[in-house]
Amino acid sequence: MSTATRAGVCAVAVAEAFRGDGERLANPIGTIPMIGGRLARASFEPDLVMTDGEACLVADHAAFEWPSGKVSEAWNPYRRMFDVVWGGRRHVMMGATQVDRYGNQNIAALGPDPQRPKVQLLGFRGAPGNTINNTTSYWVPNHSPKVFVERVDVVCGIGYDRAAELGPVAARFHEIRRVVSNLGVFDFETPDHRMRLRSVHPGVSVDDVVEATGFELVVPDDVGESRPPTEDELRLLRDVIDPSGLREAEVPDG
Amino acid sequence: MTEDDVVARLEPGMTIGIGGWGSRRKPMSVVRAILRSALHDLTVVSYGGPDVGMLCAAGKVRRLVFAFVSLDSIPLEPYFRRARESGAVECTELDEGMVLLGLQAAAWRVPFLPTRAGLGSDLFRVNPDLRTVRSPYPGPGGGDGEELVAVPALPLDAALCHLNRSDERGNAQYLGPDLYFDDLMLEAAEQRFISVERVVPTERLLDEGSVHTLRIGRLLVDGVVEAPNGAHPTSCDPDYGRDEGFQREYAASARGAGGWDGFRRRWLDVADEAAYQRAVAGR
Repeated sequence: MSTATRAGVCAVAVAEAFRGDGERLANPIGTIPMIGGRLARASFEPDLVMTDGEACLVADHAAFEWPSGKVSEAWNPYRRMFDVVWGGRRHVMMGATQVDRYGNQNIAALGPDPQRPKVQLLGFRGAPGNTINNTTSYWVPNHSPKVFVERVDVVCGIGYDRAAELGPVAARFHEIRRVVSNLGVFDFETPDHRMRLRSVHPGVSVDDVVEATGFELVVPDDVGESRPPTEDELRLLRDVIDPSGLREAEVPDG
Repeated sequence: MTEDDVVARLEPGMTIGIGGWGSRRKPMSVVRAILRSALHDLTVVSYGGPDVGMLCAAGKVRRLVFAFVSLDSIPLEPYFRRARESGAVECTELDEGMVLLGLQAAAWRVPFLPTRAGLGSDLFRVNPDLRTVRSPYPGPGGGDGEELVAVPALPLDAALCHLNRSDERGNAQYLGPDLYFDDLMLEAAEQRFISVERVVPTERLLDEGSVHTLRIGRLLVDGVVEAPNGAHPTSCDPDYGRDEGFQREYAASARGAGGWDGFRRRWLDVADEAAYQRAVAGR
């Protein structure tokens, strides 16, 4: 019996993706990723370095609002960010309009012909450079067969099959750590790096996840539940990191 | 000079770099002058925002070189999407960092710069001309003779950037949190034009910021336009933030009955930038 909401569980799952990263730039993009990253730093990964979403690295635990002023610890304009990406001291969590079983990600366009897309999305953004240079994870707030697809229409962020084709030298800095969705947590810790169901969020069954996934997941015999926030983590989320409750708007309960 | 003086120096078919990032510190007053002009078939290089959307909607763009186009607070740019989905513009898609390297290569007058960014991705599928290069040196962490992406230089015929302050000779200052890649845009270009919120005497340039904010010197600038509120509706911190209401109206116009023509008639079909600014002030 937990008072944790689904959004709270997602924030913890995001935080767990950064466990062990130490003094690295944790760069979660999006509402719950930003909250989850802050949660990791405020609890078990105190050395993580985080941005304000603009051009500063900030020491504060608040994710979005700094009513009494924010504490900047370094200047990090876009130019510097590329230095960090290419230097590798970074773990980014991006969104994914499509993701496949090897962790290939698409945020550019939908349809068979990328030169004449049915639906134009953002563009490649920094996904190619991110995935070949530093650790990458993905956040999907709307798990469905349209997102978890057999084959992505455009490979922006490269997955393990593409990395394997490049060979061990070119791909030596490639790591897709986790995919966190509103239904569960996924990793690639399988012999051929196919996506594996790591845990289901409380209230979600393995069948729910399989149903909502457009490819065959690796499903271990004993899939556990994603852990709810601790009392301490709940307090941090509520009082410090996200007092306005933006997380609940991104992943509503029930 | 004025915005229209800048446009008079541009020609159809030119490759034009536009500074700023997304919906931040864009040289919109000069973009508006291009929208009013007869220029066409431009190749535009931009970390894209409403500059790209408006130029596409007005049919000014033949080719777009980009890594993203976004209005920031509205993630997808509606007029850019429409132009792309209808096949109205040709596109060269790159990774964000590759745009930086292409501009840097042009600025340094080398044909390419190497990077790992792009390896294994569909950038090679959408850019059949993109090449790799084999390193003649051993790389870090056991990368002997590795294959890297050779990002081609992105030389520009002209660059347009908006800064906070400058003197009349083009010594310019940014006062916001990020220069973005404005210096590279200017260095990569044959003709370099900046618009600024305010022109000040050279000896007043340090009144509002330290010497570190003087990142654009006159070596990089051929002409200055004084354009207060010239980045509108994009942000120009700390002078002003983004006009979110106006941007919402712009984005909504793409779905509305009036469409681009309605938006254009209401806001852009005016004599000059001063008339635009009066209309915005009376909003």
